[in-house]
Amino acid sequence: MRRAALAAVALAALGAAAAAWAQSAGGDARRPGSAFMSRETQAMQRDDKANPGMLSVLEGEELWKAPAGPAGRSCASCHGADAASMDGVAARHPAFDPARGEAIDLAGRIAQCREESQGAPAPRREGRELLALTTFVAHRSRGARVSTGEDARLAPTIEAGRRLWQARLGQLNLSCAQCHDDNAGMKLGASTIPEAHPTGYPIYRLEWQDIGSLQRRIRGCLTGVRAEPFAYGAPEYVALEAFLMDRARGMEMETPGVRP
Amino acid sequence: MSRALVSVPPRARRGEVVEIRAMVQHEMETGFRPLPQGGFVPRLILRRFECDYDGATVFAADLHPAISANPYIAFRLRATRSGELVFRWIDDRGAVREERAAIEVA
Repeated sequence: MRRAALAAVALAALGAAAAAWAQSAGGDARRPGSAFMSRETQAMQRDDKANPGMLSVLEGEELWKAPAGPAGRSCASCHGADAASMDGVAARHPAFDPARGEAIDLAGRIAQCREESQGAPAPRREGRELLALTTFVAHRSRGARVSTGEDARLAPTIEAGRRLWQARLGQLNLSCAQCHDDNAGMKLGASTIPEAHPTGYPIYRLEWQDIGSLQRRIRGCLTGVRAEPFAYGAPEYVALEAFLMDRARGMEMETPGVRP
Repeated sequence: MSRALVSVPPRARRGEVVEIRAMVQHEMETGFRPLPQGGFVPRLILRRFECDYDGATVFAADLHPAISANPYIAFRLRATRSGELVFRWIDDRGAVREERAAIEVA
């Protein structure tokens, strides 16, 4: 009896220590995708001279300053050459677009600006131009805390995303949540299943040998469960991204992320 | 023009061994990727990388189709005098991409 009581005290002390540790770490048990990577890949992401995503940031910076469309206006003409006005923007996207009455993701917002404000042809989803511009803009949010979801008007989109997240899909009849909520940190084949916090997008994925969007990454999971992927730019992706960003609220942006 | 990222310490002591790193944006198309309508995507890779230090080639490498896109090359160099490092990448068509960086040796 006495021994059991001692053990209980020891356990309580352990619990308290664990709680204190969690508190000192911000009390946040969520881990970004980079926390699941090898030390080598983490070092590659940290070092701007070794992170291949920085090549897209440079490309995006050139595009930012280059005139486009009949009026010869560049992004820089309105938003400034150093793009300081873009700080933190990626951390609050997808955002609610009052003009359209729906949520819009960062790449969609850039494409909209290019088409409607500059009069340039709409850049292709997952094309080099849009990826580079999105990476450049999102890079300005590195270190910013995700705040998507603070806007109440996004609630229906986030709810739609949550339903998609929990829906069983494809011939394997699996939902996103079954892997990324229930089995995060476990293995799928040789790869570790991350918690799916979209804080590093667009990412440079070593498997792709290229920079790519969250939509491309989700397509990989969709074909993985033998489901037919949604078309690029589909509202389902925006809903999923809004849900995931809300789920990652408060976490730090790390664009451009490097992933295996 | 593609983008390049080179890392050269701006200052070094005479005789010090410094790490030089160079990454360039390139698809390194292997020539082995089939096209949906048959045939292959034509090969276009970087064939050679060279680094000149103060006019003399101090490092060179032949590149092959198995090397990843955006190749990253790191090597060590003994800093002997102040000068300019010239990085040169040459592709299958003979196109040359150059990048320069200065190093000051005291």
